[in-house]
Amino acid sequence: MARDSIPGRSLALGTTVTLVTLLVLIPLAVVGLTAGGMSGERLSAALLSPRALAAFRLTFGASLAAAALDVVLGTYVAWILVHYRFAGRPLLDALVDIPLALPTAVTGIALATLYSAHGWAGRVLEAHGLHVAYTALGVGLALAFVGFPFVVRTVQPVLATLPVDLDEAAASLGADRSTTIVRVTLPLLVPSMLAGFALALARALGEYGSVIFISGNMPLRTEIVPLLIVTRLEEFDYQGAAAIATVLLLASFGLLLAINTLQRRLTVARSGT
Amino acid sequence: MIAEAVAPIFREAALPVEAAHRPAVRSSRRPRGLEGAAVALAVLCVAGLILLPLACVFAEAFSAGSSGFTAVFSDEYARDAIVLTLQIAAITVVANTLFGILAAWTIAKYRFPGKALLLSAIDLPLSVSPVVAGLAILLTVGVHSPLGAWLIGHGMRVAFAPPGIALATIFVTFPYVARELAAFLQEQGRELEEAALSLGASLWQTLWHVTLPNARWALLNGILLCNARAMGEFGAVSVISGRIRGLTDTVPLHIEILYNEDAFAAAFALAASLACVTIALTLGRSWIERKTGGHPSVE
Repeated sequence: MARDSIPGRSLALGTTVTLVTLLVLIPLAVVGLTAGGMSGERLSAALLSPRALAAFRLTFGASLAAAALDVVLGTYVAWILVHYRFAGRPLLDALVDIPLALPTAVTGIALATLYSAHGWAGRVLEAHGLHVAYTALGVGLALAFVGFPFVVRTVQPVLATLPVDLDEAAASLGADRSTTIVRVTLPLLVPSMLAGFALALARALGEYGSVIFISGNMPLRTEIVPLLIVTRLEEFDYQGAAAIATVLLLASFGLLLAINTLQRRLTVARSGT
Repeated sequence: MIAEAVAPIFREAALPVEAAHRPAVRSSRRPRGLEGAAVALAVLCVAGLILLPLACVFAEAFSAGSSGFTAVFSDEYARDAIVLTLQIAAITVVANTLFGILAAWTIAKYRFPGKALLLSAIDLPLSVSPVVAGLAILLTVGVHSPLGAWLIGHGMRVAFAPPGIALATIFVTFPYVARELAAFLQEQGRELEEAALSLGASLWQTLWHVTLPNARWALLNGILLCNARAMGEFGAVSVISGRIRGLTDTVPLHIEILYNEDAFAAAFALAASLACVTIALTLGRSWIERKTGGHPSVE
């Protein structure tokens, strides 16, 4: 290895690694160790109780559904933003970032009020028999809200840098516009759509503030996993909380690995063009 | 690498550096015919999903008129919450800026094995649920842990007290300054620092007079993001705070308390004020990105 041209490596590296270890790695390890110290019986009681299973089903189900909706809607909006110039475009572009800019508690009370029986949207939907507040649908909606920017901001730059001559080549070979989109453009977008999906999913799995107000938090029905962790803590069941948290941690690390792989393929694919 | 994967604002993560120097290959145009309907549908979807909740915050905040809006700020508990949030944000920004400068400098200016691993470790908090982050800090410094017991024995209360809130907030905003600055410094290379050092500048002078002035926009960008997240953090703080009014109650926690007490106008007045601050910080970031031309993906 070449010698460093700038002095101070050991000190800088040592301090950085120490701080990361103290502030990030040790606290996360403590969660895993707390769960690891439980007997198999206690562990299965914490993770396999009907209440915990219902929470896992709701969190994973609603997160998957929300991320899927985000992929469809997000890719569509990214497409519109990249291809067309129109009066409201800067506003549309700015609105995409709002879910990331709003504090989660603010999002939470806004969605709960909006979709309650007396809210602007809730009133209309309830008249048509559609209940959003205090249902799994409301949980999914809140998760779709927070995950939306992740898909748009992952797909948009890829779409913007697709070579325009691909479209022209397809058209010159006789493909109509819809064939070009389905056979040429969409396949090139798939890696970025998958990356956006995984990012939205990762965010949704751990989401707390945006969800707990609209969900109503009924055990077995609308209780998400992060809320169950908080409930266990309020019962001073620290081990139970740590066990559930460890499952959530493992899920997000698995997703992180998937995103990591996808993103690398994305970069390779694009630098190859 | 993972560092590229979990950025809070993905336009910079998804865009490889070389794309910035590539000429724009796709030009947008006015929609024609049916395309106009497609554009309108997209606008409608985003308006329904995002604009409506945002409008709801401000409509509810002013539902009792402007006097109803300002009433919450004369409440003592709300004022305590605002002061605590400002203090926590200040501590978090200072701590994570110092760490960010150190980490970014280390990553960008030195060669060492395991650099990708270090970057991933710094990014970890971005993929952890805020509730799990709060739990991790609580289990580490809470009264049931050896460290927590020792701290209590020496008269230092960390969990269910402001120091714990600061620790949890530092955890969840840990990567922002570091990654923003590291990306910029890695692009810059080492030549300027090497030149300054060879001309006899000390390491400290090089950092202060060469590296940081150059990187000021990237640094500011990271600080704005860190600040916005610190002020709005809810899940992690909610776990570690113990929610003691007037003592460990931050603005987002106080919004929850007011909302659950059916004090809707007050809850939304506080929520709208907080949203204004975090949206302004986000707009500041967009302004910096346009000014420095670092992220041309959007236009």
